[in-house]
Amino acid sequence: MEQIISPLHDNQKPFLLAAEGLTRSFDGFKAINDLNFYLDEGELRTVIGPNGAGKTTFLDLITGRTKPDVGSLKWDDGKHDLLKMNEYEIYRLGIGRKFQTPTVYNDHTVYENLVLSLAGSRGIWHSLFGKITSDQKDRIADILKIIKLTDSAYRKAGILAHGQKQWLEIGMLLAQEARLLLVDEPAAGMTDEETYRTGELLLSLAGKHTIIVIEHDMTFVRQISQGRKVTVLHQGHVLCEGPVDKVQSDERVIEVYLGRKSKAA
Amino acid sequence: MNKQPFTSRIHLPILITGAVFLVVIMPTLNACGYITNFTLGNWGKYLCYGILAISIDLLWGYTGLLCLGQALFFTLGGYMMGMHLMRMIGGDTVPTFLSMVGRTEWPSFFTPFTSFPFALLMIILVPGILAYVFGFLAFRSRIKGVYFSILTQALTYGAALLFFRNELLMGGNNGFTDFRTLLGHDLRTASTQRGLYIATAVLLVAVVAGCKWLTNSRFGLIQRAIRDSENRVLFSGYSTMNYKLFVFVISGIVASLAGALFVPQVGIINPSEMTTEKSLEAVVWVALGGRGTLVGPVIGAITVNAAKSWASSGATADFWPLLLGGAFVLVVLFMPKGIVGLPAQIQAVIQKLKRREESEVPTPPQKPEIKPTPDPSATEA
Repeated sequence: MEQIISPLHDNQKPFLLAAEGLTRSFDGFKAINDLNFYLDEGELRTVIGPNGAGKTTFLDLITGRTKPDVGSLKWDDGKHDLLKMNEYEIYRLGIGRKFQTPTVYNDHTVYENLVLSLAGSRGIWHSLFGKITSDQKDRIADILKIIKLTDSAYRKAGILAHGQKQWLEIGMLLAQEARLLLVDEPAAGMTDEETYRTGELLLSLAGKHTIIVIEHDMTFVRQISQGRKVTVLHQGHVLCEGPVDKVQSDERVIEVYLGRKSKAA
Repeated sequence: MNKQPFTSRIHLPILITGAVFLVVIMPTLNACGYITNFTLGNWGKYLCYGILAISIDLLWGYTGLLCLGQALFFTLGGYMMGMHLMRMIGGDTVPTFLSMVGRTEWPSFFTPFTSFPFALLMIILVPGILAYVFGFLAFRSRIKGVYFSILTQALTYGAALLFFRNELLMGGNNGFTDFRTLLGHDLRTASTQRGLYIATAVLLVAVVAGCKWLTNSRFGLIQRAIRDSENRVLFSGYSTMNYKLFVFVISGIVASLAGALFVPQVGIINPSEMTTEKSLEAVVWVALGGRGTLVGPVIGAITVNAAKSWASSGATADFWPLLLGGAFVLVVLFMPKGIVGLPAQIQAVIQKLKRREESEVPTPPQKPEIKPTPDPSATEA
């Protein structure tokens, strides 16, 4: 396949995701403003930023929910132009998303939620005649164990607790065998213990998957970043990047974000 | 790991009993003289409506697409059948609707309809292609919800206006009537009508069985997922457009087959069957019977139409629309799952009462739950 090497790409290993000069405005407000973002395969990247910094819009752009005014968004060393693809085509590249508010199929059982998310054909023919293989059943059983929902497998997802729904949605990403997991505020609405366990789960997935986590909770960010790169977004633009300690001591970051929370530990 | 991930609400024995009753027992009783030809003829009509109702539920109850144009597909099937039946009348002169506009010969597009297999093919293809093209345009533009309903309503209205025109050479507002034979059988004999009834009952059973299989497959899971959260389905990698298009085409064809069987039984087809009121009425049957189930729409269609034949003659005739509208309002308010959901609803109320009795003294009073008892009169009408 033809490789388009971007000019900013200097002979390192190829980027899994490269966003350059992205701008997206809503009624004149620039939610994303000239954003450059590069992600290596296997990274666990945390993105932080105050409300309205454009974090969720950034995920919307990656997953095809909205299109930028200008800029480029390339996948897998420039092999695919995400801007020319729609939601389900992007998903099929292996980009899975957990939404900010848990979005599961409430009227389906936990098991069925996972069946719908299993990697494999998305065609009508397959949906009519394809059988669930025993490998897939084992896979679902494994995932249920990981997300600790084995006992609720045949309950409707709608009656799960908030935290459990969050976990189910992460489980759906695992079933998908996504290369890139986009995880939007996984700890929102969780207890401290649940939050910690979610962090452990994400850490156990790092390396096997590439992950972008968006989060507000700085304890959580410290837990999962562990010296990995953290990106700070501000007004739709990357303010700075680096390990969490460096980021937290950065003057600009303290000013726009951490300072206000007076949490610069 | 347990099996049985897919739930089904219909109990198979009841379904089979119902099928045997409709396909075997009813016509046998008729042949023996216990059921009049008139009653059996009515039931043939009800069952056609039942098939139409399933086609609506497949879209509305299962996929979340409220289509107000199913009467169009139903009527198109009827017209295709009507064209064949008109050609079967024979004779030297052309029918009045042609001589009226100065034609002395059949228009060429009627010629292939002389063949029954061709007519059958058209009964499937014409609504199928129309549903495909219309659905493609609507779903590609991501037209959803009430906008989709309005669009299908407009399509039906437009088609009805077209068919009312004599220049279309499809019979104008009188439509097609005075049919004589179908496949060499005289349509006016009891045995032919019984045969048509059996064909309808068999088709109904086949449609229920087919839809049961469809909705229990993974396809059915995706269908319901689209109904509940279409965006999530897109972000799970499914092209929701293709799935909706598939259901829309299938449902159009099912409605058309029902219409094709309807016409030789009632002996007439005209554009008044194509109006939006007819589509809306069919939506009411589905709501009354219980949407999101397969037997619900059939029960709804039979109940409402049987009540209609009974009520729309005599003194109650003027009140029929009021009765139907009232029943619809009551069902929407108090019986969200329709007639088939009633047993479960009654059970829930009984259990709640029991629990209240048990916990009368020891526990502090719980939040009073205001739950209206289901009104049994709502099932009638």
